[in-house]
Amino acid sequence: MKKNIRYNLIWLALAAIVYFGLFAAYNGGMINLFSDAIIVNIGINIILAVGLNLIIGFSGQFSLGHAGFMAIGAYAGAILSANNPTFGGFLSGLLVGMLVSGFVALVVGIPTLRLKGDYLAIATLGVAEIIRILLINLRGLTNGPAGIFGLPQFSNWQIVFIFAFLSILVVSNFIHSGPGRATLAVREDEIAAESMGVNTTKYKVIAFVMGAVLASIAGTLYASYQQSVFPKDYGFMKSIDVLIIVVFGGLGSTTGAVVSAVVLGILNMYLQGFSDLRMIIYALALIIIMIFKPSGLLGTWEFSVKRLIDKFSKKGDDKDASIRS
Amino acid sequence: MPLLEVKSLTKNFGGLAAVSHVDLHLDHNELVGLIGPNGAGKTTLFNLLTGVYEPSEGDVLLEEQGTPMRLNGKKPYKIADLGLSRTFQNIRLFKDLTVMDNVLIAMNSKHNEGLLTSILRLPRFYKNEEKMREKVLDLLRIFGLDSKSQTLAKNLPYGEQRRLEIVRALATEPKILFLDEPAAGMNPQETADLTKLIYQIQKDFQLTILLIEHDMSLVMEVCERIYVLEYGQVIAHGQPDEIKNDPRVIEAYLGGEI
Repeated sequence: MKKNIRYNLIWLALAAIVYFGLFAAYNGGMINLFSDAIIVNIGINIILAVGLNLIIGFSGQFSLGHAGFMAIGAYAGAILSANNPTFGGFLSGLLVGMLVSGFVALVVGIPTLRLKGDYLAIATLGVAEIIRILLINLRGLTNGPAGIFGLPQFSNWQIVFIFAFLSILVVSNFIHSGPGRATLAVREDEIAAESMGVNTTKYKVIAFVMGAVLASIAGTLYASYQQSVFPKDYGFMKSIDVLIIVVFGGLGSTTGAVVSAVVLGILNMYLQGFSDLRMIIYALALIIIMIFKPSGLLGTWEFSVKRLIDKFSKKGDDKDASIRS
Repeated sequence: MPLLEVKSLTKNFGGLAAVSHVDLHLDHNELVGLIGPNGAGKTTLFNLLTGVYEPSEGDVLLEEQGTPMRLNGKKPYKIADLGLSRTFQNIRLFKDLTVMDNVLIAMNSKHNEGLLTSILRLPRFYKNEEKMREKVLDLLRIFGLDSKSQTLAKNLPYGEQRRLEIVRALATEPKILFLDEPAAGMNPQETADLTKLIYQIQKDFQLTILLIEHDMSLVMEVCERIYVLEYGQVIAHGQPDEIKNDPRVIEAYLGGEI
């Protein structure tokens, strides 16, 4: 029991170190507008990737609809904070986005998650497209293809940091618990999982809804940071971008998703100068990774405070609590 | 009534009746064998009883507080919750998870902490988790696997994978356990050890076991009753001695006279 508290404190301390590191960098004037955008984007990509990794890497369901759920969050945030340009308006947009996107994921997930592999990918892709087309055509609400702009900027690097941290916390707490293990069992072998009393549909839907809610949060934060929303930002390529981060980091590793979001974010920053070469180098980096490390940068490896402590103290008592990663 | 009663159970795959009008019953605390040549429909029968397939005809009835309850059409996870658990002929462990996690997953439905408790890490979560881990280790100890609780299931040697499947099935706290060729691929020594183990868990856990096995020494030694299946039909049923001398069984196994 005490041990668990200690692990949690160490996690909190690590997060605080990163936070104050960034804080010092900002206050020391090391961050300009450009690098601020990079940092915020990395944070948003972490939220997206951790959510998509939960769906693809942990529950084993191939979804290409992440951008659709992100769009729901972005528009909910934009519409509500345009009507009520206060922090309260921003928060209510965040909340409404989460609820709507969770609901849509639930309604869509129950029938489509019976599909497998490619079929599920096509179905989720279709859902994302439907959401995008709806956003273009519901002109009264969304202002159509012209989008909504001039929004108040409430999301900054600190807000994004907090939400990225919470996303990682929620997902890793989930995965290291009974319901999370049941979700992993679905990925490993559906027939065996069912025979051991795991309601596979239920856990697929839970993972899908959680992933969608996280995407929606990322969407709201993104829209508020950009101070604008356009339907074209949430097309198929956005889903692919997130998918690349997840595959690059390693399917089934939250640590991998975070590391890869950071690495690709920084890589993108350096490649900004070579606008034409950028996509080529980016693609090459991916091809090289896939040749030499097909399971992604980290495979399914996870960073674990407990393992680190055990290594240093050389105590091999794995009986007590490997609960916390 | 018996604990499990199967009435005229039939499964057609297109024009083929893989299982045809099978009647069978299992009493409390019984160890029953199910034998038959390859392709006789034994595994199909298991899949019908555990809900993986839906029967074309007939009934599977489980005694629940004195009254029969129909199991056909129920989902496999519901049937598992009702106390029917199984192992698989072609091992189906969660390969990339640890031995501990494999067994914990099987305990999930009866000892679940709930989604919110887990995510918020309430004190209840830690208590429950610790209790479950203790239980898993106790189970693993019986099967000599406790020292390997953190090994990935795919890295276990073959015989231990087979044993882990039984541990996992036991962790669902079943009333009836279906074992599908637990000794397949084992050497005589391993088979003998397994025989003892099956016999012992049946006594210790007060279980009803239905056992598919090709190894006759195992079946004849532990089973109280035996059903013989051929071409999807029960061709003989009785105590081991009766089965050994039944002409139809001998014919099924050794081929008829020309």
